[in-house]
Amino acid sequence: MPKQAAEVRRHNFSEVALGYSVEHAVEEARRCLNCKKPKCVLGCPVEIDIPGFIRCIAERDFSSGVSVLKEKNLLPAICGRVCPQEEQCEETCILLKKGGQIAIGRLERFLADWEARQGELEIPKSPAATGKKVAVVGGGPAGLTVAGDLIKLGHQVIIFEALHKMGGVLIYGIPEFRLPKAIVSREVDYLKKLGVEVITDFVVGKTRTVDSLLQEFDAIFIGSGAGLPWFMDIPGENLNGVYSANEYLTRMNLMKGYLFPRFPTPIKEHKRVAVVGGGNVAMDCARTALRLGAEARIIYRRSRQELPAREEEVENAEEEGVIFDFLTLPIRYIGNENGWIKEIECLRMELGEPDSSGRRRPVPIEGSEFILPMDAAICAIGNSPNPLIAASTPGLEVGKRGNIVADEESGKTSRERVWAGGDVVTGAATVILAMGAGRKAARSIHEHLSSL
Amino acid sequence: MFKLLETQMIVPNIHLVTLEAPAIASEIRPGQFVIVRAEEEGERIPLSVSDWDREKGTLTIIFMNVGNTTGKLASLRGGQNLPTVVGPLGNATEIEKFGTVLCLGGCYGIGSIFPIARGLKEKENKVITVIEARSSYLCYWEEKLEQVSDRIVSITRDGTKGYRGHVDRLPEIIKSLDEPVDRMIINGCTFLLKKGSDASRPLGIKTVVSLNPIMIDGTGMCGVCRVTVGGSTKFACVDGPDFDGHQVDWAELLQRRRTYMPEEVTSMRTSRCEEHVVKR
Ligand SMILES: Cc1cc2nc3c(=O)[nH]c(=O)nc-3n(C[C@H](O)[C@H](O)[C@H](O)COP(=O)(O)OP(=O)(O)OC[C@H]3O[C@@H](n4cnc5c(N)ncnc54)[C@H](O)[C@@H]3O)c2cc1C
Ligand SMILES: Cc1cc2nc3c(=O)[nH]c(=O)nc-3n(C[C@H](O)[C@H](O)[C@H](O)COP(=O)(O)OP(=O)(O)OC[C@H]3O[C@@H](n4cnc5c(N)ncnc54)[C@H](O)[C@@H]3O)c2cc1C
Ligand code: SF4
Ligand code: FES
Repeated sequence: MPKQAAEVRRHNFSEVALGYSVEHAVEEARRCLNCKKPKCVLGCPVEIDIPGFIRCIAERDFSSGVSVLKEKNLLPAICGRVCPQEEQCEETCILLKKGGQIAIGRLERFLADWEARQGELEIPKSPAATGKKVAVVGGGPAGLTVAGDLIKLGHQVIIFEALHKMGGVLIYGIPEFRLPKAIVSREVDYLKKLGVEVITDFVVGKTRTVDSLLQEFDAIFIGSGAGLPWFMDIPGENLNGVYSANEYLTRMNLMKGYLFPRFPTPIKEHKRVAVVGGGNVAMDCARTALRLGAEARIIYRRSRQELPAREEEVENAEEEGVIFDFLTLPIRYIGNENGWIKEIECLRMELGEPDSSGRRRPVPIEGSEFILPMDAAICAIGNSPNPLIAASTPGLEVGKRGNIVADEESGKTSRERVWAGGDVVTGAATVILAMGAGRKAARSIHEHLSSL
Repeated sequence: MFKLLETQMIVPNIHLVTLEAPAIASEIRPGQFVIVRAEEEGERIPLSVSDWDREKGTLTIIFMNVGNTTGKLASLRGGQNLPTVVGPLGNATEIEKFGTVLCLGGCYGIGSIFPIARGLKEKENKVITVIEARSSYLCYWEEKLEQVSDRIVSITRDGTKGYRGHVDRLPEIIKSLDEPVDRMIINGCTFLLKKGSDASRPLGIKTVVSLNPIMIDGTGMCGVCRVTVGGSTKFACVDGPDFDGHQVDWAELLQRRRTYMPEEVTSMRTSRCEEHVVKR
């Protein structure tokens, strides 16, 4: 797919991947074998009829293609951009072995973008109101999916979102150059037009508790994500210039720090930035820092092979000039006399025996300490669910890492009339899994509401 | 949108706003705060809630005009709207029957200590309220505080009201009371919190301070508000904002609050003057 040239894009925040032209998309779609037993569908967490929508593209019937997509996926413009297709549908595509799997994600994005170019979406007629009320906690992909599914069934839906903007990680976490915010806003606006009510600046557990909401609503879905940042608990972590990935990305994406001072939330102009971690979050931080003019490097304790980030994003980062220090573990941040970080002390690692995750465990090489001069460090080693809701909801069962325990098939929690899904249940995962969980929960909520 | 009902500069550079936020007003407790944005696309800043009316659904906030957002806030008038007021955030101040409690407030803290003093009084504590200000013309809400305090003492740096000096006069003030002080609670700028804690440490009085680091979300999501208390890292927005003043790493807090000093100055320079010149 055409991309902005690395030399150009490393200085701007516009989207990196430019998308297929009509001809390019049709050509790609024609390669699809239309398998009788399509393996790609098995790889898709929400079982989109992949050959179905690809056939529509090949026949240039884009509008039907969109319908096929949307039967299973409410947010194709988003998933087409951020889903890890290489380990889902594209990995199971029969053509993979022949070295030419279909670019399913790109075709999905093509259709969604085509739809957006056709102007305002048609608003389907509202179904008869059931008189049932559902509260959705959190405006991320899980919450948006539940809201979209239930409003179409005639239930009244109100989304409560803690931040001042809807979208969850899609708005505050994933940067503009990977997922333009206008796309997320468009989807949220569409839900509002369907009749979903949105209340931002409302922290469930603080502004009102789940129990208080239950007095007014017939059902509650909790999709509050995994927003609590982890730190490494090493010396110097509270020095100025050491951020959590959430802080760094929130300043940039939600608060538009890269447009400071036009937007008043400040972001520092750092010269050398180290990002600790190897996932999508780490790549996003490093590529953001780079775009702000810094020398950006990823410090990761295993090797390139084990990087959990999407391959496409790793390649993008490499092309743009992000430096990678593999098999490296930070052990201490060192400050200057004003309390600002000036260096990071690291250890070299080597790979030992496989651990519980099946990846080879990194072990420190004794005496390999070395120092990297740095004026900022971003800790992107993971997040877990925020405990606010669990702590304020008696009887809601939570797991070891603070995740809400919910039935995998229905999303039911240990509390009556309370469902949960997405990152708050699984821990940090993916957009499509959050949407899939939302869809299952919506089905179960609808069953419950219909039985009343 | 949250409607402003009343805005007023009560003493030089210290402003009071009353606004409609019924959901927050019905839940708020002493010592909690809200996060506010003064304009669309604006920065999120934390402000303590100094009073409320549960029936009318209103909050009263007192703030000092120190920078971009507080400056913008000060320029708004009744009838205008704030795009964000979210809360109540943080834990409420612990209020029990302690005996004699000394409440110390400076700058905006003279306002935010009020609901704490009121809560303590309701629990039948003896409440001594100490107001700290640069000069007598910067003292406010004394009548309000009198109604919930057994005694009011002022300290002004120029001696135009009450004791002359700063909180280093606290030990004398405490000695002049007829009974021992069982607990001290301080609200205000970081310097006051630190100096107050320094003064009470040798006297062995448990001292609770309401910390004010930089914040963004106020819900535990970003970690910018981290402070070290008793050797471990806490997120002030969800673990606090109240902490034991004798356990706080003050040097770290003061240093972290200075993170954006140069940018704050840029922000003042680029967003004030030009904007007003263009408008005229
Ligand atoms: C930087 C970054 C990059 C990523 N890149 C990818 C990628 O490329 N591909 C991919 O598939 N996945 C990616 N992910 C993961 C993906 O974004 C998440 O798995 C997904 O967003 C989870 O959806 P969710 O709806 O469960 O939660 P979230 O998106 O986290 O949304 C939860 C929402 O609930 C709100 N909330 C929290 N607590 C409360 C409360 N008490 N009251 C009210 N509201 C509350 C939050 O403010 C938030 O808006 C990335 C994540 C990050 C952080
Ligand atoms: C939990 C909590 C409760 C708070 N409650 C209140 C309150 O009730 N009333 C109130 O006025 N403030 C309160 N603050 C402080 C308030 O949040 C800051 O004053 C505000 O963020 C400044 O924003 P700004 O954009 O106007 O100034 P900025 O441009 O961000 O800062 C301007 C300059 O003022 C300095 N500064 C920032 N805060 C203060 C301060 N409190 N005192 C002196 N100098 C400061 C900054 O370091 C900087 O140099 C509270 C803070 C916290 C964390
Ligand atoms: S597996 Fe590949 S070739 Fe077969 S239907 Fe799916 S996309 Fe087409
Ligand atoms: S303000 Fe973001 S975690 Fe406290």
